[in-house]
Amino acid sequence: MLKYPDLSIVRRFASLLLTVVGSLAVAGVAAFAAETPRSGGELVFAVGGTPPSYDGHRETTFAMLHPVAPHYSTLLRFDPQNYPKIVGDVAESWQVSKDKLTYTFKIRKGIQFHDGSVLTAKDVKATYDKIIFPPEGVVSSRQATYAVVDKVESPDGQTIVFRLKHPSASFLANLASPWNFIYKADILAKDPRWYEKNIMGTGPFTFVEYVAGSHWVGKKNPNYFMKGRPYLDGYKALIIRDTAPRVAAVRSGQAHAEFRGFNPGARDDIVKTAGDQVVVQEIPWVCNLTVTINNEKKPFDDVRVRRALTLAIDRWEASKALSQISVMKYVGGLFRPGSEFATPESELVKLAGYGKNIEASRTEAKRLLREAGVPEGFSFTLKNRNVREPYEVTGIYVIDQWRQIGLNVNHVQQEEGAYFNDFRQGNFDTGIDFSCDFMDDPDLQLFKFISSEKSPVNYARYNDSVLDELYDKQSRTTDPKERLKLLRQFEKRVVDEKAYQFPPTLWWQRIVVHSAKMKGGKVTPSHYVNQDLRDVWLAQ
Amino acid sequence: MRHYILKRLLLMIPTLFGVAVLIFLLLRVLPGDIVELKYAGTGSYAPKEALARERAQLGLDQPLWKQFITWIVGISLLDFGTSMWTGQPITHEIAIRLELSIELAVMATFVAILISIPLGALAAVKQDTWIDYFVRIFSIAGLAIPSFWLAIVIILTFVIYFRWLPPLTFTSLWVDPKANLTQLIWPALAVGYRYSAVATRMTRSAVLEVLREDYIRTARAKGLRENAVLIRHALKNALLPVITVIGLEFAFLVGGLVVTEQVFNLNGIGKLFVEAISQRDYTMVQSLVLLTSFIFIFVNFLVDLVNAYLDPRIRFQ
Repeated sequence: MLKYPDLSIVRRFASLLLTVVGSLAVAGVAAFAAETPRSGGELVFAVGGTPPSYDGHRETTFAMLHPVAPHYSTLLRFDPQNYPKIVGDVAESWQVSKDKLTYTFKIRKGIQFHDGSVLTAKDVKATYDKIIFPPEGVVSSRQATYAVVDKVESPDGQTIVFRLKHPSASFLANLASPWNFIYKADILAKDPRWYEKNIMGTGPFTFVEYVAGSHWVGKKNPNYFMKGRPYLDGYKALIIRDTAPRVAAVRSGQAHAEFRGFNPGARDDIVKTAGDQVVVQEIPWVCNLTVTINNEKKPFDDVRVRRALTLAIDRWEASKALSQISVMKYVGGLFRPGSEFATPESELVKLAGYGKNIEASRTEAKRLLREAGVPEGFSFTLKNRNVREPYEVTGIYVIDQWRQIGLNVNHVQQEEGAYFNDFRQGNFDTGIDFSCDFMDDPDLQLFKFISSEKSPVNYARYNDSVLDELYDKQSRTTDPKERLKLLRQFEKRVVDEKAYQFPPTLWWQRIVVHSAKMKGGKVTPSHYVNQDLRDVWLAQ
Repeated sequence: MRHYILKRLLLMIPTLFGVAVLIFLLLRVLPGDIVELKYAGTGSYAPKEALARERAQLGLDQPLWKQFITWIVGISLLDFGTSMWTGQPITHEIAIRLELSIELAVMATFVAILISIPLGALAAVKQDTWIDYFVRIFSIAGLAIPSFWLAIVIILTFVIYFRWLPPLTFTSLWVDPKANLTQLIWPALAVGYRYSAVATRMTRSAVLEVLREDYIRTARAKGLRENAVLIRHALKNALLPVITVIGLEFAFLVGGLVVTEQVFNLNGIGKLFVEAISQRDYTMVQSLVLLTSFIFIFVNFLVDLVNAYLDPRIRFQ
């Protein structure tokens, strides 16, 4: 007879251990939560680029947003501690009409621009008029996002009203866009391009100096509308374009942080040198890579060939392998894993290319290629940016996957200018494309997949009225459940049925490494939001 | 002499014009444009109308000949225009970086001269001794090691072993000499070492050649001390090719320290050059090419003048 060991002691020990660990964890969390923010100090952070102009309505790069955002307020914002919850910034409260066509906002009283003048609804109206109906000669990069707006009104000094042409599920979230800095109406009236070279906002920090290519400095706004904020006396953004010196800056402690994000190698290097003097925050990023197929070229105009290409890629293995050496990590469909729109894994695995039995997928891929008349060893090119990470590593992985179904793929890496030119002109067979958005939003994420004639960022050169219709429908559907259904249909058509351009190979991981002294900066899924530094403070 | 100088100065004009035409056309041949890179390059979506508006603002919707004439007329009036990327005046963008680049070039030249001339002369005088072998190994190593690699080694040593990094923002020498030198001494050493290697080998071979001349034998026969022979007679004449090398290297350093400036994150002309090219900032690249060409031509001209001063045998015909 077998004698089983008495496990009660082990269980008791395990239970004790769990209690101790649990208590310590709770105590740690409580201690973290109880940390009292301290005022003072200058935050130094690195930015990997030069701001083209200072105008948020015009620019699309984080290199402008990171140094400039602390000077401005927006109408709404994402809750810094609870993304994607939307809270007011200069808006105190808001109401949406029953027909979802009128959005009315009350503006907080007593908000001052850095020159001491008071912000009113007139300033908010002038700001949104510039974004939505830009005057002649003014570039507004997000004009199309607000095409649903019929007019903006300011019936009194504290009220702003947006009247829409039709209901829009994403409209409120779009008003939390970090790009929509509130400008001063009087300045815009005199010169709508004044903000391209000057700063005048209501944000937590005032402008001190900018030395092109070197640094940007801001100091605490003593009249900031939120009492007790900001905590910092000021900030300095160091412009460091290359990754190695940017990593060295954080590693040496010369910079407290870099907000865009590092790759795993850089993270490990910094942690190895700085140990517990740095903190690492990681989260799935609203950025991904897409395998784009030129649907006009033979044999890629055949859906069987496109399906074979997507079936051949083992995304689950890619996640394990690539996440060790690059920011590529999360397997997902058209929406960021972890977001409210993401397809659950149980459904995702049913889509072509997402199944976990890669051998079966590849057998099917080979059958489809044979059926389409594609010979063994068929050659074509994969065009890619000449950026090692994550582009090059992803390109190499994809090519390896395609070789396993008998295809011979040439990796053509190009300098950025040539790469975009070829994509725009349709001078490619297949390629690695990318997208990065400021929030999880179907209108933003699906725009790349509607007909090329409607979407200038769809380089895959196909038109599909079914997709366009689904896109419009989901955009106007304010019932979340109904919208989700439409999103699943859209995703299935793009990813599985038509495989026009591959869904994201993998979604990125955002890895932010910062000094342990830096507190209050909770990392969000986008490197665009939450950059006004209002809640950031430095421990002693 | 005056006629020669005037002729050389006037010759600069067609040379620079040729450079201007060439760089203008070459940039237009490159695929892609600045507007595309500004907007699509970030992965964000910008409507076609916004891109068209931006192109019109930058004058890129104009025919090439018109763009060229506008630019060349501006240059002739010393108006370099504005950067297509930042919208700031190009003279301002260059001015804030030129001080650093010139100072670094001067410091690296200083390092190179301090190392190369004594070592080169010593190696020649002590030819085929252990001193000569040591100098030759030292200078060959300098040639073999790229200055950016040395720069990376310096940075990594500081970061890994001392968790320290030279300052990342530039402070003028006139404002805070200590902060200025703390930042620039390391890149100056990294660049100066490679630069000195070229000059050391040139000094050694030139001194060796001169030491075999008849007038050196005469000087020794007159009973002059060896130091006087070496410094007053040999070195002065041997310096001609060395000065040429040093002059040309100096001109190169002002705009050519591309990688070293990136490694140390120095806000200089080389880094601006790379950024402008990668951003397709046409007006900026054109102006930078003209500036560096001018520096190159001018330094070349100065070197010729110095050579003539040092060697009266050189006549300007």
